Amino acid sequence: MTTCNEATGATGTRTGFVAQSKRNTLAFNADACINCGMCSAVCPQGVFAPGVRGARRVQIVRADACMECGACMRNCPTGALFVDSGVGCAAAMITEALRGLKKPTCGAPEPTCCGPEAACCG
Amino acid sequence: MNTTPDLMHTTSTLTFAHHWDHFLARWGYRRGEHRVTPGLYALGQPTPESPVFVTANYTLSFDALRSSLPGVDGYILVLDTQGVNVWCAAGKGTFGTDEIVRRVEATRLSEVVSHRTLILPQLGAPGVAAHEVKQRTGFKVEYGPVRAADLPEYLKTHQATPEMRQVRFPLRDRLVLIPVELVHLAGPTALAALVLAVLLGPLAASGAVAAVLAGAALFPILLPWLPTEDFSSKGFILGGLTALPLALASRKRGEGRGWPLAYLLSLPPVTAFLALNFTGATPFTSKSGVKREMFRYIRVMAGMFGAGVLLALGLRLTRRAK
Repeated sequence: MTTCNEATGATGTRTGFVAQSKRNTLAFNADACINCGMCSAVCPQGVFAPGVRGARRVQIVRADACMECGACMRNCPTGALFVDSGVGCAAAMITEALRGLKKPTCGAPEPTCCGPEAACCG
Repeated sequence: MNTTPDLMHTTSTLTFAHHWDHFLARWGYRRGEHRVTPGLYALGQPTPESPVFVTANYTLSFDALRSSLPGVDGYILVLDTQGVNVWCAAGKGTFGTDEIVRRVEATRLSEVVSHRTLILPQLGAPGVAAHEVKQRTGFKVEYGPVRAADLPEYLKTHQATPEMRQVRFPLRDRLVLIPVELVHLAGPTALAALVLAVLLGPLAASGAVAAVLAGAALFPILLPWLPTEDFSSKGFILGGLTALPLALASRKRGEGRGWPLAYLLSLPPVTAFLALNFTGATPFTSKSGVKREMFRYIRVMAGMFGAGVLLALGLRLTRRAK
């Protein structure tokens, strides 16, 4: 798993990656993008606009809306996207802090903060 | 042994027993036990050409999928996500590449169907690398829509519209989350109310209950209409409005000028804290955003709450001294 420090390092120092928003950790390496459309297919927040036919790379149109679920990074076949993915859940972060856990979790098998269809763990 | 694993059967019909199970799940009853046996299911009368849908082994996920496919013949591949829904399981990685590979092999899916496509729920994507699944199993991952209800429309073209790809959080989705929040908070709230009733009287006890109800029940309902952007400040606004009548009531009772202030200091942070905790139940908060919000507000909440409680105790002691 990527830790926060590695993530900062990746967005800050890995060549080719450019941070896309001040509100989250989404970073994009335009040179690596082949405009396959996977990121726009998996993003639940419409961050990416499917590239126009013939375009060389995807368009990032709503970078601020990124919720850092990590779907785009995981499904990008060329590794052109980076995000420090994790849980956007205060309850999980507080539990993490109290228990000294390294990574916030919803606590399987019994989720503590997940509604059955609602999001909790990105 | 070289036998094909058992193919289980299911339908798209939900009975009273299924709805009852959903009701219990919503109320947090045996939360981890609403499970479906992982494996391959036949829906209707599938042929080797029929589509394969992948889902989690949580009854609400499985039932949402199959009940959205009336009249469709297909297969449902249920992953072992330990009874957790698709989105949360994807975040944990239990709805993930390894489990798909394992389940495709264990069910000998390549011998059951003639095509090589798996239809996954879009919200499973954080746990799955589509290209890796293809590489390891030969099956191409096709991400279907966010909501199972859009599947019939999706199946006509196998293309999702931008609307199908966008996650939403309408009132109904927010409402169904309230019962489990209330169940989690019932014990501690009752205890706090009891202690407050003994120490400070019924008004203080009802104040605690009101602050919790505002945070756990009113907040999810009013979320989009509360002004400001972050959850904590929305919670402070709602908590302030909830505390106001109590502050006025304490003033009316003429118990001393400090009491209204004690209510206004101690109750809003309780509502705000519960509002902050609701971040995890929404489909749009990011880790960076929640971290930023916690850093900004947690100390304010603790400070206000501590000051309010100390003031109330102080007022109680001076009243006794008189």
